[in-house]
Amino acid sequence: MKKPISKIPFNGTPEQEAKLKAAIERSNGNKSELIYIMQQAQDIYGYLPYEVQVMIAEGMDVPLEKVYGVATFYSQFALSPKGKNAISVCLGTACYVKGSKAVMDKFSSELGIEPGQCTADGEFSLESCRCVGACGLAPVCVVNDDVYGKVTPEKVVEIIAKYKSK
Amino acid sequence: MTNVQQPVSLEDTPFYKKQLRLALRNCGIINPEKIDEYIAMDGYMALGKVLTEMTPQTVVDTILASGLRGRGGGGFPTGRKWQFALNNVSDKKYVCCNADEGDPGAFMDRSVLEGDPHAVIEAMAIAGYAIGADEGYIYVRAEYPTAIKRLEIAIGQAREYGLLGKNIFGTDFNFDITLRFGAGAFVCGEETSLLTSIEGNRGEPRPRPPFPAVKGLFGKPTIINNVETYANVCQIILKGAEWFSSIGTEKSKGTKVFALGGKIKNTGLVEVPMGTTLREIIEEIGGGIPNGKKFKAAQTGGPSGGCIPAEFIDTPIDYDNLIAIGSMMGSGGLIVMDEDNCMVDIAKFFLDFTVDESCGKCTPCRIGTRRLYEILEKITSGNGTLEDLDRMENLCNYIKANSLCGLGQTAPNPVLSTYKRFRDEYIAHVVDKKCPAAVCKSLLCYEITADKCKGCTACSRVCPVGAISGTVKNPHSIDKTKCIKCGACMERCKFGAIVKK
Repeated sequence: MKKPISKIPFNGTPEQEAKLKAAIERSNGNKSELIYIMQQAQDIYGYLPYEVQVMIAEGMDVPLEKVYGVATFYSQFALSPKGKNAISVCLGTACYVKGSKAVMDKFSSELGIEPGQCTADGEFSLESCRCVGACGLAPVCVVNDDVYGKVTPEKVVEIIAKYKSK
Repeated sequence: MTNVQQPVSLEDTPFYKKQLRLALRNCGIINPEKIDEYIAMDGYMALGKVLTEMTPQTVVDTILASGLRGRGGGGFPTGRKWQFALNNVSDKKYVCCNADEGDPGAFMDRSVLEGDPHAVIEAMAIAGYAIGADEGYIYVRAEYPTAIKRLEIAIGQAREYGLLGKNIFGTDFNFDITLRFGAGAFVCGEETSLLTSIEGNRGEPRPRPPFPAVKGLFGKPTIINNVETYANVCQIILKGAEWFSSIGTEKSKGTKVFALGGKIKNTGLVEVPMGTTLREIIEEIGGGIPNGKKFKAAQTGGPSGGCIPAEFIDTPIDYDNLIAIGSMMGSGGLIVMDEDNCMVDIAKFFLDFTVDESCGKCTPCRIGTRRLYEILEKITSGNGTLEDLDRMENLCNYIKANSLCGLGQTAPNPVLSTYKRFRDEYIAHVVDKKCPAAVCKSLLCYEITADKCKGCTACSRVCPVGAISGTVKNPHSIDKTKCIKCGACMERCKFGAIVKK
């Protein structure tokens, strides 16, 4: 599976960088700890953006392509952050015929991101899912753990507004 | 107060009565975070005995004589693995523990790691002494945080007591263990992939030979055993090879832990002697199939295994019998299926999993499994032909014969075994365009039984596509050209008037 790559500008803090450097330091130049270092990096940053991969490659003295190769191989590693509010639009059959594609497009244009991405402020991430088993309520979208049924493109704006302040 | 029941001891309940807990003996009994409780259950006695009374060769001989075979799926004799590694002269050797339990629905290794971590640590030290290694790695999946925490505590306590580290039991034997965390790749359960992953790479397999016992971790002789295999070692050392080989069948000794799940009343981990029949596990321990449904098949071995049909329910379960009937032991997942499960759909489900998890290194697996999935998709959507079935079978055999590692070589098993045992279901999908179990959506249709329908309109209101028409108090009907088969109407109908065929 191809992993979506984040277009959000990297905004790591010096504290995060210090933590990552300390983790790399602890590995004592042992290159076989690469995966473990990347796991710690993901704990620190929430995902593995290009800049973090560069820091790991330089710190561990391994080629950047290897870090990227490992990051894309294992399903645990994310190249794109999840938003504070994770939106998931059902594209299962029942929702699809009831117009969930239009709902998805509306979310996409309102938030300015493609499915699989996260907004620049880290507030929202958007993804599609298969059936959530609520076909009677089609089209359905799920925000965090809240399920919204009979969503129309007009309602999308309301839904986003509800979470914006949180 | 006439119906007072006498309390029954746990061991006498149907669920436990037929079980024999060896690998799981301490799970739930001792506090896994206290080494003293493990020691109180004869813990580290086996390591002491090995270091002070036995030579490496006698340890290997004991394991060989016990007949212990790898519990991770392959069933390779553990003692032979150890012998190979012992025979290889090298300045450095490694002992690895495969705790990357990726099989969906199996959790026996997790249970041992969480409930009895010292049993694995002690056995690894014994293996280290036997083959001449001073370093061990446990590769455990990051999805098991409790197991990781308990292993960390256990390793720390063992070091503190001098049971790991330098000069263990006052001898010149040194051994220590490092933890490595998996990152969510199913293929890393394959031994060579696991080694490349420990080395910090993409977890891709490499060709064998050379086998890990010759050239393994960091190019050095290495043994890799599964958690459950290690969980048997200490008791074999303490109680003797004869004791262990007295349990089980001729070629499969000891017990096996199964994760019993699916359409069954009692689910959970079940440890039984090898040779126990499927009927005993399903009907006596598992309590049978709920809702009065009929047993159809049991799936063992996860995505690498196959389905055992009802006609083989009395087969004694061991490594060789399972292979003979077209399935395999695998790590021990045992999923029970009833008449409501479509076997073609099950095969497709597992293929979906292998397509996702194929590492992509070799072509037969990377492309072959995808093509195979597409054929199954074609069959379940009602577009399959008889030629497709032949193509499917050929492709299965091709993938099996040509894939690089165990993942690809076993990926077609769910298809082959269901095709062999439930051919009529495949034929029904292809020729009659029907799904006998009414699972495959494209092949079924929803209908309203006119004399049961009260005309309450509930179904037409819930239908997302407006496929149901009819007036109040008159029987409704479903327009099959509009219906998307979501099942919302059937769920809503209070009169059972809607059926799927």
